Amino acid sequence: MLKKPLLLEHKLDLSILIVFISIFLLFIIGNPAVFSRFDIYYSFMSTIPFTAILAMSVTLIVVLGMMDLSFPSVLAFASWIFGTVFTVTGSMPLAVISSLAVGTLAGYLNSVLVVRIGVPSLVATIGSMFFWRGAVNVVARGKGISLVAAQDTFLYKLFVGRLGGMIPAQFLWMVAVAVFFWVLLKRHRYGAHLLFVGDNEQSAEMMGINVKKVKTIAFMQLGAFSAFAGILSTLEVTYFWPSQGQAYLMAALAAVFIGGTSVFGGMGTIFGTFMGALIIGSLEAGIISIGLSGFWIQFIYGLIIMASVSVYATLLRKQG
Amino acid sequence: MTDKDKTPKPTTPAAEYDKLLEMRGIYKSFGHVHVLKGIDFHVNKEEIVALVGDNGAGKSTLIKTITGVHKPNKGDIFFKGKKITIHSVNQSRSLGIETVYQERALADQQSMWRNIFAGREITNRFGIIDVKTQRKETERLLRESMGFTSKAITVDSQVVFLSGGEKQGIAIGRALFFNADLIILDEPTMGLSLSETKKVLDFTRKIKEHGKSAIFISHNFYHIYPAADRFVILDRGKIAGDVKKTDISQEELVLKMENLAKTGIFE
Ligand SMILES: Nc1ncnc2c1ncn2[C@@H]1O[C@H](COP(=O)(O)OP(=O)(O)OP(=O)(O)O)[C@@H](O)[C@H]1O
Ligand SMILES: [Mg+2]
Repeated sequence: MLKKPLLLEHKLDLSILIVFISIFLLFIIGNPAVFSRFDIYYSFMSTIPFTAILAMSVTLIVVLGMMDLSFPSVLAFASWIFGTVFTVTGSMPLAVISSLAVGTLAGYLNSVLVVRIGVPSLVATIGSMFFWRGAVNVVARGKGISLVAAQDTFLYKLFVGRLGGMIPAQFLWMVAVAVFFWVLLKRHRYGAHLLFVGDNEQSAEMMGINVKKVKTIAFMQLGAFSAFAGILSTLEVTYFWPSQGQAYLMAALAAVFIGGTSVFGGMGTIFGTFMGALIIGSLEAGIISIGLSGFWIQFIYGLIIMASVSVYATLLRKQG
Repeated sequence: MTDKDKTPKPTTPAAEYDKLLEMRGIYKSFGHVHVLKGIDFHVNKEEIVALVGDNGAGKSTLIKTITGVHKPNKGDIFFKGKKITIHSVNQSRSLGIETVYQERALADQQSMWRNIFAGREITNRFGIIDVKTQRKETERLLRESMGFTSKAITVDSQVVFLSGGEKQGIAIGRALFFNADLIILDEPTMGLSLSETKKVLDFTRKIKEHGKSAIFISHNFYHIYPAADRFVILDRGKIAGDVKKTDISQEELVLKMENLAKTGIFE
């Protein structure tokens, strides 16, 4: 009996896991004092979830062979809605629901441009990226919103409270979202359709898959999860600010591609994206704590991204 | 599409009709271009019909009126003895008519078990795919129905590793699995080598073994001669000839085809 060869997907997941472990070993060896204590992990658990949730959600768009650059702007606008509705009504549930609704609607608008009108997704979302950021600037007039009052609400504790005083709730949300997306992509009918459409759109259409609907849902979920990440990050610091989300654009996309999802569509790994987000999110603190200056951070980001995508390209070439 | 359409239909019981598909007096024109000019065409049960004709004869157009892509201007279509009007590709599929196109059949990066069930996944009511069953059924389809023996082809193989002929085989197998009664193969051997063409013909024979029928389109009838039961020759929008293989040798057929090309008469 032949030994079953490792599938490409598993090879990708294995390589990202190796990268992740190596980086953490480096950190631990570089600064055992910091990396053997809980504090650093606590700080990772409170900061990484925002990027990770966005990255996993945008993975679905990339699986379709498309791109979305507008999600950080949608995040900002949905956060402004969240902050404003809470300030005006004092109702946390209402603020959450309106923010999620606006995020989903913004995602739908992207899908109208891409799916109905036929604008390429990269181009369409450059437009909506400016549009929503511009909308935030217009409505917020450069001013932030303080949400200290939110700290007393139940939803605050549910979203960003500290479990047992130690585990940030957003970390648990991130894990839950990861499980959700993994099941969706690998085990749900929608995920199967997503992969099929990303792989061969004509064939998908012939097999009776509703291609337009699949794409529309992909954009809408990203809108919704952008709003969700916005709510979490706003609550974490109890403050909304108009440039919110901007730092997540490159971080989230880097996480997707470090993770091994192909920009050509038809394949994608939530596990990879998840690991990618952990790597991206821990590099900064790690680099500083092993004694390198902050000037190294982007340099090392660049190195890791170039190295990982080269490994994936090689794996792909070898199998084809 | 409802969940019911996605699971295999039960096989039709011993049928009460004598022709699986019958088309009478089909006309189709695009503006001033008259492409089909009164076509009478039928497919019997368990029959492989070769639809032959020059470029532009109207083969694809005829097929598209069966699969719901085009609506004929005039004429009647009967399927399993019942008069039907076909509005859409999905409707023709749910009637049991499946088309296999060379390049559009499968998604390259997806595994075999995902390709077979594309658009018709076996799921629970939450939409979660029953991976175990899909894999098991795929394995059965590969080994038993289609007779794939190579160890290199497994339920987890990505389609990209298959040869052109094998891809057609998988697409045919998929149609059979979902109990298509009429499988339409539009130029399935285009661009394939001789040995790959032979594979496609072997898979085509499986259609008959399963008690189903096929229309096999090609403008190279050498390719289909071995697998076909009957030859229907289309010439400039009209049926020029309709002969059973048992009534004609390959040499005679070649001669008649050459005559058709020279004189416009099939004899
Ligand atoms: N949608 C259309 N609009 C206008 N003309 C069409 C259309 N579809 C087909 N035709 C014309 O109808 C004629 C028959 O085309 P068809 O594709 O049916 O031929 P075919 O027998 O399949 O040829 P081939 O062997 O090249 O595939 C051609 O002259 C073609 O230009
Ligand atoms: Mg044709």
